[in-house]
Amino acid sequence: MGSLNLKSIRKAFGTHEVLKGIDLEVKDGEFVIFVGPSGCGKSTLLRVIAGLEDATSGSVQIDGKEVITTPPAKRGIAMVFQSYALYPHLTVKDNMGLGLKQMGAPRAEVDAKVGKASSMLSLDPYLARRPAELSGGQRQRVAIGRAIVREPKLFLFDEPLSNLDAALRVNTRLEIARLHRSLKATMIYVTHDQVEAMTLADKIVVLNAGQIEQVGSPMELYSKPANVFVAGFIGSPQMNFIEAGRLGDGQAKTIGIRPEHITLSREGGDWKGKVIHVEHLGADTILYLETEVTGLLTVRLFGEHRYDVDDVVYATPDRALMHRFGADDRVQR
Amino acid sequence: MSKARVSPLRSGFVHLVLAGYTVIALFPVLLTILNSFKDRNAIFRTPLAPPTASTFSLVGYETVLKQGDFVGYFQNSLIVTVVSIFFVLLFGAMAAFALSEYRFRGNTMMGLYLAIGIMIPIRLGTVAILQGMVAAGLVNTLTALILVYTAQGLPLAIFILSEFMRTVSDDLKNAGRIDGLSEYAIFFRLVLPLVRPAMATVAVFTMIPIWNDLWFPLILAPGEATKTVTLGSQVFIGQFVTNWNAVLSALSLAIFPVLVLYVIFSRQLIRGITAGAVK
Repeated sequence: MGSLNLKSIRKAFGTHEVLKGIDLEVKDGEFVIFVGPSGCGKSTLLRVIAGLEDATSGSVQIDGKEVITTPPAKRGIAMVFQSYALYPHLTVKDNMGLGLKQMGAPRAEVDAKVGKASSMLSLDPYLARRPAELSGGQRQRVAIGRAIVREPKLFLFDEPLSNLDAALRVNTRLEIARLHRSLKATMIYVTHDQVEAMTLADKIVVLNAGQIEQVGSPMELYSKPANVFVAGFIGSPQMNFIEAGRLGDGQAKTIGIRPEHITLSREGGDWKGKVIHVEHLGADTILYLETEVTGLLTVRLFGEHRYDVDDVVYATPDRALMHRFGADDRVQR
Repeated sequence: MSKARVSPLRSGFVHLVLAGYTVIALFPVLLTILNSFKDRNAIFRTPLAPPTASTFSLVGYETVLKQGDFVGYFQNSLIVTVVSIFFVLLFGAMAAFALSEYRFRGNTMMGLYLAIGIMIPIRLGTVAILQGMVAAGLVNTLTALILVYTAQGLPLAIFILSEFMRTVSDDLKNAGRIDGLSEYAIFFRLVLPLVRPAMATVAVFTMIPIWNDLWFPLILAPGEATKTVTLGSQVFIGQFVTNWNAVLSALSLAIFPVLVLYVIFSRQLIRGITAGAVK
């Protein structure tokens, strides 16, 4: 009841092309996340799907039906905005019920649906309040509630957590994951935070400069990045990129190795280097090395390790987990 | 962090300047009201003195209320002012919404064209306006005044309101679109409530010149039935003899309605309901 099909979507503002031909298929019930650096066109793409922006060319199909000329309210979608976008002069209840009321639903039905959504999000005590009287987290829950009430085919989230503080962000993330499981609805979610992307998504779409770089499950993107951009974007700290020539590899241009796939030793190993900075995070220890072979190298060790700046260490990569990228920056397999 | 301390000397000086300005601004008003309660001799002999038992007189007010239809004049002024403000706010807000919300060819040019009216006084077109009103058969009607004042107030209203409307969050309007609100509903139910403080500002700026105007009532609607207060007071000012008691009383009376309107609008200025709409 909620599939989405995008075919060669293009969008230009004047001569500046923001989306350069996006093709994407989203199956019913999938949780798809658009991720990418700011300015990559992910929010614009979401707005095109919502109907808030007209695509310059291309087709948008929801449930197999072309909706490019359908106004947003009739597309069967609901959207949650980064800034919440609650109606300031309406109570929580009216905020959530406005869409249904506008469609001409009878009062009893509106009340029932609002009641169901508000108990789902534990908003019952706040129904009579105005948005100004709520905290940030509560406002975002109201915005999500407003989306649920419409029972859309497609939920669209535009960076819904970026205005929340860290603790609240984790809670709301859980709430959205739970919601997806219980509603079994199709959700499309835009974020620049890769942790949100990795934890929530069934499928991640990595966008860069108006184009799709790779589509895949979180683990696929982590273990089999298609190109240098995806490899560098997914995973934190970032993957180490080493000039292939320095490692004596004539075919590839760049070699990538994730910081967590390198082991350290004081006695001996492949690359000798000096510690230039250490970050102790409790669960992890992140070391920055300057090695003779590779230059700057980030290493992530699990657990607490005692290393000091200027210590001499040997780093050994796990050769099986190295990624080789060719001259076109695409992976070589 | 606490605010930087202001030296008492500095703040004293600021207060002195402000108090001085207040005195200068209020002095003529006070003088008008004081003298309106005195008899004619006292007005000229001791213009600055407050009315005493011997100089107190209501003769000015009696003249004003007896001579001519002063209640009618008030009514005319009120109708013209209120209806003009209503149209200026309605059309001004609509034009401002269109200019700030929609991208269309010539948007900037249209904005500039509408703003030119701020710089060119409408009185330059008096002759043409009068000819137009004669041709339309609108001379000596309140409609003529309302039309002219609406045109006069629109440029500033559009200028101020479009700036304010640009600050209303796009997400909010888009949320309305997804909820199925029409563009009109978005304008009336989402945007207008949020720019209410700006509307009040525009209303005050529009109201005062209209209420005080003598020029257009004199030219377009000098008939007895359509006289406004400012025009009505002129009957007491003659070329050789001026009935100062009556003039001062009429002016004192004319201050109050405008004061009431100002109080109504300024309450709106203070009320801000945007808080909590968007972070």
